Amino acid sequence: MDEFAVEMRDVVKIFPTPEGGEVAAVNHVTLQIKHGEFFSMLGPSGCGKTTSLRMMAGFEWPTEGEIFIDGAAMGRTPPYLRPINTVFQSYALFQHMSVFQNVAFGLEMEHVPKKEIEHRVGAALEMVKLSGMSRRKPKQLSGGQQQRVALARALIKRPAVLLLDEPLGALDLKLRKEMQLELKALQKEVGITFVYVTHDQEEALTMSDRIAVMSQGKVLQIGTPVEIYERPNCRFVADFIGETNFLKGKVKKIERGLLTVELPDFSQEIKGMGHENLAVGQDVSVSIRPEKIRLEDDNNTTAVEEDKDNILRGKVLATAYVGSDTRIIVDIGHDIHMVVWEQNNISTLDPQAYYVADDKVLVHLPFENTLVLPEGVA
Amino acid sequence: MSTDKPELKRKHSLAHILRENSAVQGIALISPTAIYMLIFIVLPMILVAVLSFMSRGTYGNVVYEFNFQNYVRLVDPLYFRILLYSLGVGLATMVFTIMIGYPLAYFIARSPARKRSFYLFLILLPFWTNFIIRIYAWIMILRTQGLLNTVLLDLGLIQDPLEILYTPTAVLIGMVYEFLPFMVLPLYTSLEKIENAQMEAAADLGARPWKVFLRVTLPLSVPGMIAGSILVFIPAMGMFVVPDLMGGAKTVLVGNVIRNQFLTSRDWPFGAAASMLLMILTLAFTLYYTRKAGFGEELLV
Repeated sequence: MDEFAVEMRDVVKIFPTPEGGEVAAVNHVTLQIKHGEFFSMLGPSGCGKTTSLRMMAGFEWPTEGEIFIDGAAMGRTPPYLRPINTVFQSYALFQHMSVFQNVAFGLEMEHVPKKEIEHRVGAALEMVKLSGMSRRKPKQLSGGQQQRVALARALIKRPAVLLLDEPLGALDLKLRKEMQLELKALQKEVGITFVYVTHDQEEALTMSDRIAVMSQGKVLQIGTPVEIYERPNCRFVADFIGETNFLKGKVKKIERGLLTVELPDFSQEIKGMGHENLAVGQDVSVSIRPEKIRLEDDNNTTAVEEDKDNILRGKVLATAYVGSDTRIIVDIGHDIHMVVWEQNNISTLDPQAYYVADDKVLVHLPFENTLVLPEGVA
Repeated sequence: MSTDKPELKRKHSLAHILRENSAVQGIALISPTAIYMLIFIVLPMILVAVLSFMSRGTYGNVVYEFNFQNYVRLVDPLYFRILLYSLGVGLATMVFTIMIGYPLAYFIARSPARKRSFYLFLILLPFWTNFIIRIYAWIMILRTQGLLNTVLLDLGLIQDPLEILYTPTAVLIGMVYEFLPFMVLPLYTSLEKIENAQMEAAADLGARPWKVFLRVTLPLSVPGMIAGSILVFIPAMGMFVVPDLMGGAKTVLVGNVIRNQFLTSRDWPFGAAASMLLMILTLAFTLYYTRKAGFGEELLV
């Protein structure tokens, strides 16, 4: 067995546009997906994630480059000869067949004996908790149940890789959250490599072992959810995953990973953690997540002492109490608003404990949480 | 109380009833159609049914005297043979329109969206010319010194001209030509509705292209095939122009019999009886066909 379940090697996919031009839906993508991994491809619509998935399944063929599955080059191998199965966004259940017939379809194509088909379909339906539904037609099932049928139908062939194209997109929020955990547990149980396409960053963070963030046909960053969230490698990734605040700046000094960035808007310097391939003089974005900012009262001088470079002065514009935390918008001048989430970790009814509009505050950006990112793609 | 009276009055006003009673609403909304159907479809049918139990007078007038004579006459083996033959022609027309129409509809449904409307326009284009003229065009093509024979003779593919015109084959060609659009359009509609992902899913699960077609595409297009078959079969059974012009009056279908009773023999009651029989038979066929197709999905899988 090869080291990787799926490998894309410098894959390009060019589509003709209706205007007669050409567009590269996938633009020199290289990535490796390990056996048994829950791998997500995350990005906004049109980033090339679905096209990549369709090329793995064999519905599209790469214009350039090669896709390997279990080490074997796929070339123009048709879908029915690939050890891969797909859960479609629309489920694509066969409307004229019962649940049982849908799930049995893949095995019938392999000419599995009837007895074994019955046994395996029963087991698969049990796995997705649909045992009593085998005689129903897809139209008689709820969205969540149809989703499970699609899953059972694809998993019953015990593929080397299961591709999932935004499978939870059509479900309501609560069901989606449930299914996220269920899918993850199922993946652990069956031990099959999952390649999961989504535009929902929270979904990707919740379920994945690793995530590839894509934009405009390119892979920007591949990493674990923690890596992607805590150490995004460019402005796009920081912006797309979770919420963040950006400040424009220019690199002034680099000292062993600690960067000093000049903020022209504030005629001030601020320290932050940065990527090693940044150069002095380069334009950068300083990114800091709302939950990592600390607010201090305007007259709190001790805070200024310990990390005095990374302090900005501001005024509270608005606050919203959302239970677990309070979301505060702080105006730091020059038309820049920072979003700050203060965790409500003390239970109190005292109004003094909460910030209100027009409070003057010090916005403290701890340097270890302040990320210096290149403007473009890393 | 003083407010009671106007309240009561309002409850019985027409506007109120229309607003509150959904059954009345439904009847009010459907009445234009219902009245039209009653005058132009139900009443004439009742007339035909009544007429079929009357008899013909000496001068082609209708004698209003209830009897079963016309139906007894229909049991005659001559008419039975014509009926059977018409049934055969109707079924053959249906089968050939499916055979030619299916690939055509499939091709249109699978072409890029912007080309589809153009292809559909081409399918409907013949309707812009009068039916009789189109049939004469076919006569020009098929006759002994016609286009087909001239081309085939010049190419040396045949030595003697083919005698197609005024044979049952010519009738079938004319019928298939005439009814093809009625098969293509419903087939196209049901083929076009099948989402691409269903075929991809079948391929993904290991089905080769022809298996995808047999197990997914074909069963899902059955409703269109049934609609098309009914649209072709019923008028084909009653068709009399094509057999008259292309069959050289040698091929007689039920439609010709009925037409002749009304126009030539001036025996309206017998024509009415033949119409009733045709209607009952087509109705029975249609019911049987759709019933069977109701669980046809399982049959085909």
